[in-house]
This record gives sequence, structure tokens and C-alpha cells, in this order.
Amino acid sequence: MQSHKLTLKQNSWMQALLMTLVVTSGLLLFAVFCFLIWFSLPVFFTETTSVFSLKWQPEQGHFGILAMVFGTLSLAFISTSVAFIIALGLNSFCLLSRRRWLVALLRSLLRFMAAIPTVVYGLAALFLLLPLLRNGLQLGSGYSLFAAVCMLILLILPVICVMLDNITTPLWQQYALGAQALGFSPEQTYMQVILPHCRVNIGGAALLGFNRAIGDTMLPLMLAGNATQLPSGVFDAIRSLTAHIALVIATDQGGEAYNSLFASGILLLMCSACICLLSRYLMGRHRLEQPE
Amino acid sequence: MMFKTCSVRLVAIFTLLVSSPLIADELSAFDKMNGQLNIAGGTAHIPVMKKAARQIMGHNPKIHITIAGGGSGVGVQQVAKGLVDIGNTGRALKNKEMNLGLNSFPFAIDGVAVIIHPQNPVDDLSQQQIIEIYQGKITNWRELGGQDRQIHLFSRDEASGTRSVFSKKLLKGAQLAANANIVPSNGAMKTAVSQDMGAIGYSSVGYIDNMVKAPRYNHIMPTQEACASGEYPVVRRLYMNTKGVPNALTQAFIDYIYSEQGAKHIQSSGYIALDAQP
Repeated sequence: MQSHKLTLKQNSWMQALLMTLVVTSGLLLFAVFCFLIWFSLPVFFTETTSVFSLKWQPEQGHFGILAMVFGTLSLAFISTSVAFIIALGLNSFCLLSRRRWLVALLRSLLRFMAAIPTVVYGLAALFLLLPLLRNGLQLGSGYSLFAAVCMLILLILPVICVMLDNITTPLWQQYALGAQALGFSPEQTYMQVILPHCRVNIGGAALLGFNRAIGDTMLPLMLAGNATQLPSGVFDAIRSLTAHIALVIATDQGGEAYNSLFASGILLLMCSACICLLSRYLMGRHRLEQPE
Repeated sequence: MMFKTCSVRLVAIFTLLVSSPLIADELSAFDKMNGQLNIAGGTAHIPVMKKAARQIMGHNPKIHITIAGGGSGVGVQQVAKGLVDIGNTGRALKNKEMNLGLNSFPFAIDGVAVIIHPQNPVDDLSQQQIIEIYQGKITNWRELGGQDRQIHLFSRDEASGTRSVFSKKLLKGAQLAANANIVPSNGAMKTAVSQDMGAIGYSSVGYIDNMVKAPRYNHIMPTQEACASGEYPVVRRLYMNTKGVPNALTQAFIDYIYSEQGAKHIQSSGYIALDAQP
């Protein structure tokens, strides 16, 4: 009796502590938003500054970040779409292949890949991929959208793959036998039953990969060339918003170049917050839809 | 045998006794000191700082010196906030930065020179040619008497002191082509240019070795001597900056950089030493 009471007391105490932590972290996140908005407001609402232009020439007084916005988006779109297709292939392989040892190996490899720091990918590409592009294929200096996309695919592939795996494996266990009884081949089961059933969640997984691609700094900084231009092809150099922040952070505070960082920051934060909420919403619908 | 070892030892001890006052003269200022000295900022300064730090820490292991890069902008920011004791810049402080209460100590002259791949046959570029290359008007090495190869432009980040000198004194404010690749340090510039036959970049003269080649500029070879005599015009001073009056250890370090040994480190890093300003 005594001990039970104690637990209850402890329980409510723990709850209070957890609540405080939740509220604090929520407030902190809110404060980050407020802080960024407060600092970027003057940048957005001053006549003289031209944040929303394509020209970035600090020596001539042009501080437009649209080229970087375009760079980030093209980088994220291309790498997510390619990674997504590869991930679907790997996922079907994991479910359908009869070589279970190979599947186990693939799964552990993907989990291992998720733990590799991006700077390692960047360094490897700097000394292996770039010389190949430059000397082997004669495609400019090698620093390009293409190089960054290649390595970003490696970065976000495990994210999407592991999520797809988590979504489809329980469904497969649930439906495979029934579908087989109805005369579906395993391939048909995957295409006609599993995929349509978790369409929405798969979208959520892709969005999380997209978010990761937008937020990565090291790979575009090391590989994409950081040129402030609109690329005319995948072998042109681009600068992502994240790399832009990393490069300009050291300029003098209060200067216009420095202020453009706040605009970049708020764009990135809003982008990833929206995507995060959307993917949460999509993933959440899975539980509602699941028939029991 | 025994006698031989003894005599060797004796000679060694004797040499040490005679020579130590000479060697330790400049380092003896650090004898009774301990603590940590943090340095950050310009990447051109790093070779000098490293050599000095190795000597000082070897002389007195109680002193710990950390050296970080980041560029001139980082140097100013961090020293102004008190995060580091010495913030290095490859340019003079701007008025706004002076008002933060910073003291500047110029200690070396450094040239900024164009660098290309060592196997690139081009070995003389005029200022006008360099301006047109960086504006994106000249796009092939053939136009400059080289091989038929596309020119790959490399420039530095916006906070770089090297970039500001290059842009002001060599490009004369000409607009940089938008397709120029940007690298974040002198070292990264050298790596990028040394791997790319079509590359053109620029770096501090102290970073030039056989990995890259510096073509003559208006027929002048960008060497240390040409920088010192003023014959090569694209030069700048390298500064150490402290916030307010430096503490004892920081002051000792600055004095050491200005000493004869410090001048040797500056020389061997490829720069020209300056005397302390009164």
C-alpha cells in the first residue's frame, strides 16, 4: 500500500518534470522562429536591399539569394526523386528476394550507411568522383550539381529505405498469405496490394528524405562548387542555401551580406518545418487507415 | 668506448650550456608562464602561427596554444567577442571593427598571386587578361597561348581577406563571373587548383609551392623579394588583433612573432617580416 502511494507520487512528479521539458523545448523552438523572423524582417522590408534577386555580387552591392534557393530546391528534388526510386527497388528486393542472407546483409548495410558522417562522403567524392568527372568525362571542373546529387543520394537513401522497410514489412506479413491464396504472385502482391495500401506513408518517407537533402550543408559546400548562378545543366556549379550560410557567416556583422543569412535561415527553417509537419500528418494517417 | 660516450656527453652538455642562452633568449619570456592561448582567423597566417606555437610549446609544455582557421571575418568576430585571444586578419580593420576596441599588430607582408596547374604552359598573364578571365570574357586557355582547354574559375568566400585584396588591387573592382567556384580557404584553393589542369585561382604567396604554379603578372614574378621591394603590387599586410591591451601570455606571443626567431618563421612561411610598430 505504502509503496503504491510512493509510486503514484513519483509518477506525478515525473509527469510534471516531463511536462516542463516539453514546454521548455517547445518554447525554445518558438523562440528560434521569433528570433529569425525578428532579424530577417528588416531584410525583407527595406527598399534598398534586394534579397529576392538572382544577383549575388557582394563587391558591387548585390545580395540576391534566389539563385541559392533554386540551387537548394534543384539539389533536393533531383536527389530525392532518384533516391526514392532506388529505395523502392531495394524495398521490393528486401520483401521478395528468396536469398534471405543477402537481404539481411543489405538491411545492415543500409543501417550502417545511415551512420556515416557526411564529411566522409564529401572527402571520398572529392578525391574519387570529381577527378573522374573532370579528367575522365571532361565535364568542367567537376564541382557540380551532379556531384553533390550523387553523394546526397547515398546520404538520404538509408533514411527512405529504413522508413519504407518499417512501413511495408508488417503489411507484407499481414497480407502476403491472403494474397497468395487469392492467386497473386509475390510481385503482384507488392505492386497491387502493399504499395497502394501505404501510398500516403511512402510519400511521408520521401518527404523526410527531401528534408534531409535540403538541410545538408557539408556535401553541397564541398562538392557543388558554390557558384552563385542559375545552373543550365546538372554539370554546372550551384550554391545551396546551407552552403551559402556556411560561407558568408564570417563576414562582418550588420553588413548586408550578413543580413542575407537571416533571410536564408528563415526560408530553410520554414521549408523544413512545413515538410516535417506534412510528413508527420501523412505518417499519422497510416494508423487511422489501418484496418483491424 | 666508455671514454667515447662520456666525451660525447660532455661535448653535448658543453654545447647546451654555451648555446642555450642564445637559443632560449627569445623563448625565455615564456619560462614562468602557463595557460592557454587561442588563435583563430586568417588562413594565410596559419603556417607562421604553427611554427611559433611548436617552438613555444616545446620550450614550455605548460603553455597550450590552439590555432584555428576560418578566415579574416571569423578572426575579427571571435576576438571581438572574447572567444579567442588573437584574431588574425589578412586585411586592415574596418572603422566599424576598430570601434569594437581592437588593437592591430601588423607583422608580415604577403602577396596575393594568381595560381594555375603546374603543367599549364601559360606563364605570363597581364592584369587586363586576369580581369577578363575573372569577368568570364576569356573562357579558354587557347586565347592566352595555352592548350585548348576550358578555364575553370576558382575564387574565395565573401569573408576572405585574400579575396578582398585580390578584388581591390588586382581586379580593380571588376565584377566576378557568376560561374566561379568558391572555396573556403587558401589550402582548399591550392588543392582545387593542383588537381585541375584548367583551373585558375589565387592564393597567398606563402602557399605557393611546386603543387601549383604562379605565372608572371605583368612580366613580374610574384616572389617574396618582388613583394618586399614593392615591384609586385598586389600585396597586403598580415595582422594579429587583440581586444584591448593583451594579457601577459598574449603579449609575449606577439613579442615572439616580432623577434628574430619570429622573423625566421615568417620568412620560412613565404612572407616578409615587418618590424614592431612603436
